Amino acid sequence: MNFFKKIKDGLSKTRQSLVGSIREVVGEAKLDEEALEDLEEVLISADLGVETSGQLADRMRKRALREAMTGDDVLKALREELAELIDETKLGGDAYKPRDASEVDGPYVTFVVGVNGTGKTTSIGKLAARYAEAGRKTLIIAADTFRSAAVEQVAIWAERANVELVRGATGADPASVVYDGLEAAKARGIERVLVDTAGRLHTKTNLMAELEKIDRVAKKVIPDAPHDVLLVLDGTTGQNGLAQAKKFRESIGVSALIVTKLDGTAKGGMLVPIVRELNIPVRWIGVGEQIDDLVPFKAELIVDAVFGEEETGFLQGSLEEAAKRAEEAKTDWSDFDAIP
Amino acid sequence: MAHRSQLVSMFGELQDKLDGFFQTIKGRGRLNEEDVQAALREVRRILLEADVNFKVAKSFLKKVEERAVGQEVTKSVTPGQQVIKIIHDELVHLLGQTFEPLRRSKDTPTVVMMVGLQGSGKTTSSGKLGMYMTKRGLRPMLAACDLQRPAAVDQLERVGEQVNVPVHAQREHKDPVKTAMAARDEARQKGRDTLIVDTAGRLHIDEALMDELREIKKQLRPSEILFVADGMTGQDAVNSAQAFANQLGVTGVILTKLDGDARGGAALSIREVTGVPIRFAGIGEKLDEFEEFHPNRMADRILGLGDVVSLVEKAQEAVDEKEALKLAQKMQSQQFDLEDFLKQIRQIKKMGPLEGLLKMIPGANKALKNIELDGSELKRTEAIILSMTPEERQKPGIIRGSRRKRIAAGSGMKVQDVNRLLNQFTAMKKMMKKMGGQKKMRGMPKGMIPKNLPFPPS
Repeated sequence: MNFFKKIKDGLSKTRQSLVGSIREVVGEAKLDEEALEDLEEVLISADLGVETSGQLADRMRKRALREAMTGDDVLKALREELAELIDETKLGGDAYKPRDASEVDGPYVTFVVGVNGTGKTTSIGKLAARYAEAGRKTLIIAADTFRSAAVEQVAIWAERANVELVRGATGADPASVVYDGLEAAKARGIERVLVDTAGRLHTKTNLMAELEKIDRVAKKVIPDAPHDVLLVLDGTTGQNGLAQAKKFRESIGVSALIVTKLDGTAKGGMLVPIVRELNIPVRWIGVGEQIDDLVPFKAELIVDAVFGEEETGFLQGSLEEAAKRAEEAKTDWSDFDAIP
Repeated sequence: MAHRSQLVSMFGELQDKLDGFFQTIKGRGRLNEEDVQAALREVRRILLEADVNFKVAKSFLKKVEERAVGQEVTKSVTPGQQVIKIIHDELVHLLGQTFEPLRRSKDTPTVVMMVGLQGSGKTTSSGKLGMYMTKRGLRPMLAACDLQRPAAVDQLERVGEQVNVPVHAQREHKDPVKTAMAARDEARQKGRDTLIVDTAGRLHIDEALMDELREIKKQLRPSEILFVADGMTGQDAVNSAQAFANQLGVTGVILTKLDGDARGGAALSIREVTGVPIRFAGIGEKLDEFEEFHPNRMADRILGLGDVVSLVEKAQEAVDEKEALKLAQKMQSQQFDLEDFLKQIRQIKKMGPLEGLLKMIPGANKALKNIELDGSELKRTEAIILSMTPEERQKPGIIRGSRRKRIAAGSGMKVQDVNRLLNQFTAMKKMMKKMGGQKKMRGMPKGMIPKNLPFPPS
């Protein structure tokens, strides 16, 4: 599968408009104060947040004193400054790392969590299809017993992906559904388990407690479960994305993000503060409604995702570089089938 | 509970900051351009952090500046308060002054079409709107025209069941336009006066979807097309709202997921680019958690002032003015006893779930992080007090060992719980003594509310 083309197609709006707007405000003239202010606004308009945008603009301001920059230089410099701000070396290196699938004996359990309407169920359908394609015996546990017809929705995805399903009745205790599901997974020799949880706003203490209960109950069946917790973020979300990521991480721990709806015009820039502040890597991005419209994302690609574009010489280079890196990391990429 | 004037004075973080800016001009008489600009830079940050689109923020601040510069500083308020008032008024003005009811058509049924991005909450909002209409004496019907998302039809059917509104659904074909038309016929036959059409959610750049929606519009001629928008949306809110407005001509907005902690600046952006009013707000997952949109409250929320107005309203609803005054006097005169404490607990309980209540107070979320918010602590406290004799309630000092044991047994609690309550009460009285001397309760969100509430940190 040509994942890179997918990323490119899916993110093209992000890149075109952001880089396009940057070029517009920067122009070919010297980077002066007015251009810097406009630049900051462009970054804010991409949802990078007031703080990150301000810091980036400040770094550029300092840099503009040292070197004369126009057009492409500005983009190149921005890219470097962002890379430094994010501190790519630290990416992914933290306590919430997912367990390696090869170390897990028995079913590898992934929780999929998030606020309402971000695309959890759809993402699960797509992930399940991927695992099934890779020949993994996969089971979905439909533990969203709250929203009307959520179970039916995931059941349709399970059918499309041709994987097994354990479902709870509407209104049933989601923890008990997960318990039953994991028992079934063990008994049936399942390799991958995806748990679809109900959407919950991170501010609802009782619902977050419910999630923690699911976690505790899962451990009764499989002591080291979940091996992976994916937080699904809506790519059109603004600064609240950070609060969501923070609260879910505090509650159940998040090992990676799935960012959805990036095929629209939203820039998804709120990923930058999340990656920066919480150091949670982006693992998948959703770029469409089709079953294969979920593409793997390398944590290090985030800078490219924000500032990459192929129109210009430099960015052409960056894109090729990104492609090459992704190519080199091919063994890692297959991890996305090996580890979820 | 505190009085309206006290509650309204809780301007929180923003006021503190703005007051700082204006400290130097106290006594100078007029707000000058420099001062105002410095203050507005701070406001700009606040708006952008609330996800107000940067262009919208810019034009908004310009209007505020024009109004603020040259204004006389009145003696009764601080310059910060005055600028906040200007900002707040301007925000309320932009968000739409008063609630506008939905238009009805001459022909029955009146058709209301629900449109928006995936996951914004169209199906849930359709059900909520159905319930809202039923409560107001209308006879709505729901039309399941989202034939894209798996099980969307099932979902609407369930929702319809829950709110007791019939649903028109067709499973034999995948044509939303035909479904919509058949739904209208059925509504007519069955004497339903309103048809709420739930449509498929897709991105605004999806031409096929827009064509489909345009066709439904053409056939059904809805009197309202409501754009359902996620209240947590970021800067892109302007793009999606504009696309739906331009291509379909939306007539109103429903803002959803406002029960979270997003500041909801998208409301301002959407209002500005579409030019249509925000009609309703989704404030919870349950189907009755839906209300008419209040520009006032939204303005407070965007500015981070907390939902002070709602809080005041709730307090007024629940609290008998005379009773409150008596309590306040008792507090000041140190005659406050456990009997009064009990009354206070019951008033708080009347105001609704604590979690929702406390969220309206700026800063309270942070301050109350470790406190049990489900109200069960209130119930327990109530139980303990109810197990006391009237004499004990009036003179808690007489409650010694054996009485404590009896009270614990009577309320099904432990002696430690009784001790804790009594200690809490003593501490509270001490604090009241201190507060009695203070006229203004500026520190309320940070200090008074949590300590004053009759439940200890768990």
